[in-house]
Amino acid sequence: FCLLQQCLGTHEVSCDLYMVASSTEPQPQAKGEKTPISDTSYVGIDAILEQMRRKAMKQGFEFNVMVVGQSGLGKSTLMNTLFKSKVSRKSVQPNVEERIPKTVEIKSVSHDVEEKGVRMKLTVIDTPGFGDQINNENCWQPIMKFINDQYETYLQEEININRKKRIPDTRVHCCIYFIPPTGHCLRPLDVEFMRHLSKVVNIVPVIAKADTLTLEERDSFKKTIREELRANGIDVYPQKEFDEDAEDRMINDKIREMIPFAVVGSDQEYQVNGKRILGRKTKWGTIEVENIAHCEFAYLRDLLIRTHMQNIKDITCSIHYETYRVRRLNESNILFTSNPPDHPAVQPKANGQPEEQPATPQPNGVAAQHEALSHEM
Amino acid sequence: PNQTGRNRSHTVGKLTEKQYVGFATLPNQVHRKSVKKGFDFTLMVAGESGMGKSTLVNSLFLTDLYKDRKLLNAEERINQTVEIIKHTVDIEEKGVKLKLTIVDTPGFGDAVNNNECWKPITDYIDQQFEQYFRDESGLNRKNIQDNRVHCCLYFIPPFGHGLRPVDVEFMKALHEKVNIIPLIAKADCLTPNEIKKLKDRIREEIDKFGIKVYQFPECDSDEDEEFKQLDKELKECTPFAVIGSNTVVEARGQRVRGRLYPWGIVEVENQSHCDFVKLRNMLIRSHMHDLKDVTCDVHYENYRAQCIQEMTSKLAQDNRMESPIPILPLSTPDVDTEKLIKMKDEELKRMQEMLNKMQQQMHDKEQ
Repeated sequence: FCLLQQCLGTHEVSCDLYMVASSTEPQPQAKGEKTPISDTSYVGIDAILEQMRRKAMKQGFEFNVMVVGQSGLGKSTLMNTLFKSKVSRKSVQPNVEERIPKTVEIKSVSHDVEEKGVRMKLTVIDTPGFGDQINNENCWQPIMKFINDQYETYLQEEININRKKRIPDTRVHCCIYFIPPTGHCLRPLDVEFMRHLSKVVNIVPVIAKADTLTLEERDSFKKTIREELRANGIDVYPQKEFDEDAEDRMINDKIREMIPFAVVGSDQEYQVNGKRILGRKTKWGTIEVENIAHCEFAYLRDLLIRTHMQNIKDITCSIHYETYRVRRLNESNILFTSNPPDHPAVQPKANGQPEEQPATPQPNGVAAQHEALSHEM
Repeated sequence: PNQTGRNRSHTVGKLTEKQYVGFATLPNQVHRKSVKKGFDFTLMVAGESGMGKSTLVNSLFLTDLYKDRKLLNAEERINQTVEIIKHTVDIEEKGVKLKLTIVDTPGFGDAVNNNECWKPITDYIDQQFEQYFRDESGLNRKNIQDNRVHCCLYFIPPFGHGLRPVDVEFMKALHEKVNIIPLIAKADCLTPNEIKKLKDRIREEIDKFGIKVYQFPECDSDEDEEFKQLDKELKECTPFAVIGSNTVVEARGQRVRGRLYPWGIVEVENQSHCDFVKLRNMLIRSHMHDLKDVTCDVHYENYRAQCIQEMTSKLAQDNRMESPIPILPLSTPDVDTEKLIKMKDEELKRMQEMLNKMQQQMHDKEQ
């Protein structure tokens, strides 16, 4: 059912039926048979999966995806193609003139979508202005700040005394980074961005508008990109160090050999061989978006949605968020087992909640991972 | 000035079959992860000796947790205090792994003077909450072990006419810390009428004394009729009258768990004989997850909120003390950082102890 799985040659792990056969020494409570028990009837603990599923279906899921890349690389179109509906910012504000903002803006749009009874709140976070200026120095900083702000919001809610049963999750689960199809190598801006952001968020790099590359050009471009990522120590999703077990590693290794996916997006339908498909029509042929012979959109969709969506969220929650949390707790000694430091910016409120931002705000919002913390005890 | 996103919510609505995106596989993705990880469940059993607690646990989970148990005689029990004993067993069925922990409370209610005999039990429950709170607030949250008690089966003797004072006091001491499911033990000594009367009486008294036993959650409006009917029957049947057995007997041509009497055979899994099946289905097959949820979302949160409030009010009274935790720069997570985090965690624990000592001193001073 899943293209990616088929391509990788994997199959659903079949669960063997294990029965618990217990034998006990009979307690002589009743006269009569004293045979040891060898029940093969079953307890029913696997029903807990069904209980979990029910609950999850009731609650629904959340997924927050950010798109980053220069103007005109097809970010909005790709989002619409991925989720087969008008989920991008542009589709929601159709009358706004296309203009390049003077600074990087962060614009979120949320949608409630449903499929086969599964409800999801999908949030697409756009970053217009990124990479579009003449001087793009530090244009990744507002994005970094936004991501850290979401972590901060979650953290504040988590350390609250009376916290919500289900903390609303606005953390960015995945950041799709659009690489222009130059065919040569990564640009300095690409490296800068990914180097900084891969430490705080899952980055999925894609080659945008890949219909300008032939298959050979595409392959050599990908190879170059992979080498450059490696040379710069950039860990994109799926990160090697977070593979859980051998099975995961096997699947993810294959994915790592294919990224970055070369994608083409479209929200126009055309008739090809009697079927209606999404594509781009040119004088020399029609590019079919979901045809893996044409582009790798289907692989991206499978990775992001059909097979690894939960894993992407898990890595965000259990690794990126935890890293942020540890750093923040160290910075401002919010832990309730210690007294607040003698620092005016970090007085706990009466209910134990610390003030918003501690210490001196760094020029990039929150200190980057390798910087020393801002104050001593 | 950088603006954070202005969020607007839109309903795009249902996607048609043709427009299958694929996030409907999400529950399966979660499912796969859970199966890999496995589940855990902690069940406490409480009640006087000889109420059939061990037998019931064995019957419920088809195990034998008490193989090497030695029962004490009356003389040995004179000086016995209430103990807390944990048994852990790993059960696997259809690929799903469950780490089941049974918390036993031998000695409860057995002494001549049973004043506050539930204190070791409430202390134990609080300790698990405290441990979890500390782990959750700590720096290394990767492998937090959840030892919180998810459910307490309380065994009421069938011989009386309702709740006894010790039953009432026990349940009131615990009802805001753990999900209590009261059971009528050894129900094979009662006729159906007697059971009904006893159940009504107990339900009345639970209401009267304001005891908050575990409530089954409401049925969803979109559940089918059969489910709703079962749910209704379940709720009307509490407290469950149970019988357990470690022996197999021949009844109606089949080999079943039961108890053989001269006047007949009691079948544990026969729903007209007792509520064992109802209890098992509820505990394991339909409400295990909810029991865990209520423990996490209600009992634990109450404990945590209380704990924080106590700590912060004490801190406000305390003089400031030097924090012994050194602040060091953090590098990318690696072995060294792990060690550092562990070290800091231990420092935190030491600080916690110091804080407790100081609180104790202050408390003593005030006395």
